Amino acid sequence: MATTTHPSGTGAHAAPGGEGPSRRDFLYLTTAAVGAVGVASAAWPFIDSMNPAADTLALASIDVDLAPVQEGQAITVTWRGKPVFIRHRTAKEIEEARKVNVAELRDPEPDDKRVKKPQWLVMVGVCTHLGCIPLGQKPTDPRGDYDGWFCPCHGSHYDTAGRIRKGPAPANLVVPQYAFTSDTQIKLG
Amino acid sequence: MAQGHTAKFQNPVVNWIDSRLPIFTMLNHEYNEYPMPKNVNYLWAFGAIAGIMLVIMIATGLVLAMQYAANTAIAFESVERIMRDVNYGWLLRYVHANGASMFFIAVYIHLFRGLYYGSYKAPREILWMLGVVILLLMMATAFMGYVLPWGQMSFWGATVITNLFSAFPIVGDPIVTWLWGGFSVDNPTLNRFFALHFLLPFVILAVVVLHVAALHVSGSNNPLGIEPKGPQDTVPFNPYVTLKDGFAIVVFMIFYAAFVFFAPNFMGHPDNYIPANPLVTPAHIVPEWYFLPFYAILRAIPDKLGGVLAMFGAIAVLFVLPWLDTSRVRSCKFRPIYRQFFWVLVFDSLVLGYIGSRPAEQPYILIGQIATAYYFFHFLILLPILGKLERPSPLPASISEPVLKGGGRVAAGAHAKPMEKA
Repeated sequence: MATTTHPSGTGAHAAPGGEGPSRRDFLYLTTAAVGAVGVASAAWPFIDSMNPAADTLALASIDVDLAPVQEGQAITVTWRGKPVFIRHRTAKEIEEARKVNVAELRDPEPDDKRVKKPQWLVMVGVCTHLGCIPLGQKPTDPRGDYDGWFCPCHGSHYDTAGRIRKGPAPANLVVPQYAFTSDTQIKLG
Repeated sequence: MAQGHTAKFQNPVVNWIDSRLPIFTMLNHEYNEYPMPKNVNYLWAFGAIAGIMLVIMIATGLVLAMQYAANTAIAFESVERIMRDVNYGWLLRYVHANGASMFFIAVYIHLFRGLYYGSYKAPREILWMLGVVILLLMMATAFMGYVLPWGQMSFWGATVITNLFSAFPIVGDPIVTWLWGGFSVDNPTLNRFFALHFLLPFVILAVVVLHVAALHVSGSNNPLGIEPKGPQDTVPFNPYVTLKDGFAIVVFMIFYAAFVFFAPNFMGHPDNYIPANPLVTPAHIVPEWYFLPFYAILRAIPDKLGGVLAMFGAIAVLFVLPWLDTSRVRSCKFRPIYRQFFWVLVFDSLVLGYIGSRPAEQPYILIGQIATAYYFFHFLILLPILGKLERPSPLPASISEPVLKGGGRVAAGAHAKPMEKA
């Protein structure tokens, strides 16, 4: 097509080197800034819609009733799609956990930092090695060498406070955020 | 190396890329330098508006598809979950649903602009036909999209429209069974409609690329319908059209936002908030407003097959329009007789739309039949005949001639003085 009349060059028209930024530069800059704010505001709902929705968040916290769990028993609840081990520890198990030399642990953590009430141990039942569910919840399960939990996948042994003692796992079983809402009820998450 | 000439761009990285794949040269040619007739009015902005609407529909559709479930047991519920639980789900859903209506508004105005100014005439015939293809794809996409929420209108609209194909003798019923994937509109139908609804917008995108490519071969039309004679008749696309279209888009967005935020269900049907019930037919099955004129044409013909053929014919007639219109003058600005019939067509289309929304009773039936008759008369009889008989008004010598003194003959290469008061 024929060439057209063109009122301006491709960019700013400030005289090179001499007169500093022109009014056009200022307008380009402010327009770009407002445009960037506009694009960010428009993009945010799209991005945020991919964050967990209200129904997912509602299941992010659950209430668990501990009253039926006898001493020496353990239950597994599902929380955020993962198993959570809740064990009503016996005095013997509590004592075993406290006697351990914390400095010698791979992931040093004293027992009282892992529980709110010593007889209730709440942990995410996912092995910190590669994510299998350790055995030890059922009375017939193997407990490993430290009377706690044993992961059959690669042989990680956890003690009565859920701390890693032997095997490839690098860290103790995770204690999630929880709080006692009464003597026999916790709010998990 | 390929670069035997001097570098085109200041930035060396841009040059490196461009010498291997000339996207920057192409973008500069098509959207920076591209000469646009300087007399186009705001009706020319609706192509860009339609383009933006396609982008918005794909973006919102994509994030909605992440949350929607295409199974009859939970589809309706999944939409309600989007509305209530998903962050900004209500906004994305309303933008998408109202966006469909906005998209059709833009495309219908764009289409009628083409009718008035003869944008379908040589050498833009393929450009026009690609546009009709886009319209057809939009209709298919919108139809299937409306089925997805699985409300009463979703289900019964799908049932009525898919049943149309049974009008064809011999092959009709097997085709309908094949479309349904069963013996009625049910889960297989919903699932395949979702897959197709996701796919077609990208097909539309591809045809839009062809549509714009075809446009850039012939150049844009203008309200006078005469070819630009030189640089004095055009302005570069950037900044004139980029900013003019940008402004038009902003105004359109205000109109769009008014619906999304203040009347989000105005263009919808309340019955679609009732979960689909295959055993209860709603009292009045109505398609969305953008299908109403075609629905009216369908119902105007008392014969089942005749109605289906008329409905498809209404679009087929648009397809061959460049060959129906025999006038050698493009723009209605210089066609004093035809111009009046154009407005009759506009009125007729609105009447058809209204009739489509009414129940199939008198006097609506008769009015619908008259309106349908005029529609086909306009395209099949009036256009071919009037083009030969009409005496057009005299065309101006050039685009700038009526505006600039001295015949508008400016020396080639001269720059118009920008931003200076006359």
